[in-house]
Amino acid sequence: MSSLLSRATVLAAAIALAAPAAAIAEGDTIVLGSAISITGKYSQEGRNARDGYDFAVKKINAAGGVKIKGKTYRLKVKYYDDESTPARTAQLLERLINQDGVKFVLGPYGSGPTKAAAPVTEKYRIPMVEAEGASRSLFTQGYRYLFAVLSTSEEYLAPVVDLAAELAEKHGKKPGDLKIAMAFENDPFSLDVREGVIEQAKKHGMKIVLDDKMPRDLSDISATLTKVKALKPDVLLFSGHTKGALTAARQMKEMNVAAPIVGITHCESADITGKFGAAAEGILCPTQWAETLKYEGKLFGSALDYDKAFRRAYPEYDEVPYQTAEASAAIVVWADALRRAQSFDTEKLRDALAATDLQTFYGPVKFNSAGRNIGKPMVLRQVQHDKYVVVAPSQFAADPVEYPRTVAQQ
Amino acid sequence: MWDSLALLGAAPILNVQLWLNGLSVGAIFALVAYGLALVWGVTSVKNLAQGDLVMMGGYLGYLLAEHGIHPLAALVPVAALMFAFGWVLYRLVIRRVIQLDLFTSLLATFGLAITIQQSLNLVFGPEVRTVQSGFGRLEMFGGMVDITEIRLIAFGLCIVLAAALVLFMKRSRIGQAIRATAQDARAARVLGVDTDRVYALAFSINAAICGAAGVLIATVWVIQPFYGIAYSVRAFVIVTAAGLGNLPGVILAALGLGVAEQYSGFVLGAQFQQATVVGLLLAILIWRQLALMRDRRVLQ
Amino acid sequence: MTRRSAVLHLALLAGGIAAPFVFPAHAVQFAVFWIMVLFALTWDTMGGQMGYNSLGNILFFGLGMYICALTQIGMVYDIAQYTAANGAIRVDFTDRQYFVGLALGVVLAALGALIAAALLSWVLFGLRGPYFAIGTLGAAIAAAELTNAWEYVGGGSGIAMPVFPGAPGMRERFFYAACMAGAAACYLFLRWLYGTRFGLAINAIRDDEDKAEALGLRTGRYKTVAWSISAFFLGIAGALFGNMTGFIEPLETAYPTLTFGIFMVAMALIGGKGTLWGPIIGATLFYTLREVTWTYLLGWQYIALGVLIIVNVVYFRQGVLGWLRERRPAWFA
Repeated sequence: MSSLLSRATVLAAAIALAAPAAAIAEGDTIVLGSAISITGKYSQEGRNARDGYDFAVKKINAAGGVKIKGKTYRLKVKYYDDESTPARTAQLLERLINQDGVKFVLGPYGSGPTKAAAPVTEKYRIPMVEAEGASRSLFTQGYRYLFAVLSTSEEYLAPVVDLAAELAEKHGKKPGDLKIAMAFENDPFSLDVREGVIEQAKKHGMKIVLDDKMPRDLSDISATLTKVKALKPDVLLFSGHTKGALTAARQMKEMNVAAPIVGITHCESADITGKFGAAAEGILCPTQWAETLKYEGKLFGSALDYDKAFRRAYPEYDEVPYQTAEASAAIVVWADALRRAQSFDTEKLRDALAATDLQTFYGPVKFNSAGRNIGKPMVLRQVQHDKYVVVAPSQFAADPVEYPRTVAQQ
Repeated sequence: MWDSLALLGAAPILNVQLWLNGLSVGAIFALVAYGLALVWGVTSVKNLAQGDLVMMGGYLGYLLAEHGIHPLAALVPVAALMFAFGWVLYRLVIRRVIQLDLFTSLLATFGLAITIQQSLNLVFGPEVRTVQSGFGRLEMFGGMVDITEIRLIAFGLCIVLAAALVLFMKRSRIGQAIRATAQDARAARVLGVDTDRVYALAFSINAAICGAAGVLIATVWVIQPFYGIAYSVRAFVIVTAAGLGNLPGVILAALGLGVAEQYSGFVLGAQFQQATVVGLLLAILIWRQLALMRDRRVLQ
Repeated sequence: MTRRSAVLHLALLAGGIAAPFVFPAHAVQFAVFWIMVLFALTWDTMGGQMGYNSLGNILFFGLGMYICALTQIGMVYDIAQYTAANGAIRVDFTDRQYFVGLALGVVLAALGALIAAALLSWVLFGLRGPYFAIGTLGAAIAAAELTNAWEYVGGGSGIAMPVFPGAPGMRERFFYAACMAGAAACYLFLRWLYGTRFGLAINAIRDDEDKAEALGLRTGRYKTVAWSISAFFLGIAGALFGNMTGFIEPLETAYPTLTFGIFMVAMALIGGKGTLWGPIIGATLFYTLREVTWTYLLGWQYIALGVLIIVNVVYFRQGVLGWLRERRPAWFA
């Protein structure tokens, strides 16, 4: 197989050298391509990501664009709607690369679509910087052209388990005595999150008393919550993207379900503080980014600066979800790589991306050999008095954890 | 699954919770199913857009709530608006497919379903929405069983609406005309009934029922542009199980479905809830077919 | 075959073979086009020729996809281990393993779908008309849900497919050829089939099933065979599509009831059901329209589809071919 591959590679390289430079920069615009969820299951998250891409592109263009070999270029993103469907993502990426001549790809939203996209960009040797596909399995396939600015999915709720163990010990209980109840959406991302939880639980010897899946449309988990009421777990975990978070928070409030520690992913994009007020108190929310973190970058300044500027440009957002921040970070990474490579050659860009070592408002970006960003950790926040407060890891914690979680009776 | 069953055994009070949840939702299903049966019985059109009409009603209720109108007060205006919408739909689309073969009418309503879903998605966005009723929660049995007050109110309203519909059908002239047309359209026409009007009425009344159900669902549950199909499937299951002319059957089947869903979600897991509903549909269809086969064999 | 028809066929064949070379960037789009043609043809066998409108044919598509995927992976790895790893195990096939796996997978997919159709026939064919349609839709949704809940085949996490060995250009052309071969085989087979007594029999079932039954036609047998034939080709289509896509999961890729499942119906109806060329014309029009306009309609595309279905069903039931036949009966009979 390897001789066939190497022969194919030589052939492909020869053709690539012989071929005229494709129209990757239309005049003075660099076109980045993205197949993303404009409609379908993840349309809301896709919207958050797109706003992040657009905001960063506008800022970079306003700040003078990207200068390559003395010429100034503006950035532009070309979007296709992948309808939140992995098969369509793959097809549309083929289209972007083959028909539209795009050489710089941004990731789709979601682990499923990203898992479908990665083989395509890998096959065509087109670098992709993705910000919305957190599945660990993306980084075990040996992809060289995939770069992810976000932390991976198993790190989402595992820190909650660790925190539970820590608090148990502090209060004189054995971590192994803790009971975990959880419900996950049946999709690649949430199941990865679940894997992470199971690993951590096993490490501490905790018992998982309830391991449910959410229904496909994520609209109703009352049956699960009924079981939770009976089982009285110490730790309650949910992951179902934005819709799942909304349903969990809403029905927990309706059915008066409580546990000393509650962890839910995607709280911010579900806006649980805005929608549920006091009922959201004490919920732990893993986040890729928080505006209160002390990160700084050249383009946007600090995390807080980014937060303020974005909300001014998009007043309909109460909270800036991390999906938006990491999307902007992806654009920043691309611009940085283009500047360092001073070229449109995809191989040079791939190497430039691999060598990224950048401080941004989103956090440090440094890719390991598999394309993962090892510079930035996941951060755990807790809803305290209608605000998200960073409580873990300890070097970032702004306030101690409120434990056990008590919700005011209505 | 066995853990969940064991749990039911260990805490039998949970059965009460499942029944309460199931019945309160089942009542709304009954309304939607009744509307479907009405249209089906009178016009022979199987309305695949039923659930989407419900969602539309829900969104209208949401819109009104945004302007400060309480959902319970919104029921009548939404029903009226949906009645008008149903009339328009009838004139534009349904009227032309009534005489055609049944699959064509099914497909036409399917086209409607897609159009409505996507329009709602464009106008309101894909976020899940809910309407706050401002009512509280009732707790019983030491907090193990609870039900939100709005669910109880919705249950009561469904009963009231169902009773009103039955009375309307039985006593009023229009109701009689509708029933006559359902029994034998040609005879009704001969007797001077304007069947075209009756069809329009049936469809519009159905739309109004869906609208009211939608408002209730928006407060008791959630609405989202693409959640309609779940309600369409449920309505079909109920009508297929109960048969067309059988209102008590529809109510019983609907309540039963509501409870069955809760139990399957509890015992088997939420990921099987939708499969259970669909599985029931298949089971009923097949059981019907077996019964028919038996009859056919008898004839042979 | 008349001379004109022979010329037409040859021209299409030449065009089909040339297409991926003339437009290499569009090869994948063209490959999917052939799949669409196959969809429309197989749906029409049931719906147009036999009068049994199925809304759930997509079930065989998804089934074929999964059978093929599991065959390909199962030949080299332990399936349970592979799916449990959630993509962490990297598929490393030799060329031989890949192609043997693919070939075997396609064959098994076709056969598996055929057997499934035979079994389902026994269950669903007592239903008539709209009940059959709803029943098949229910079956397809149930298949999607059950696959989604089945851990052994990956459940909601899906399955990462093995990668085609060879340069990117080769891959497109290979799958294009495969899809075109599949569609061509389907077309030729159905063309032959509709001219035999079998074709007459299923038309009789469409026209009046009870009468046909009374005349001694074993309708049950014919219905089962017809559905099995559709399923056979759909299974092949699913197997190929899964390999083209690279990552499969049950709800949207394998069993897309509300997209591909409905497209099948729409394409056959637009082109003119009950004819051989109607579905092909319908597939061409629909797919071209979709690929050209949808990317510009960002958000409106499905509204356009819904309106298209309504308009087609209400105002244009004879479809394009029917309309053409009315206009120029001599040309298009």
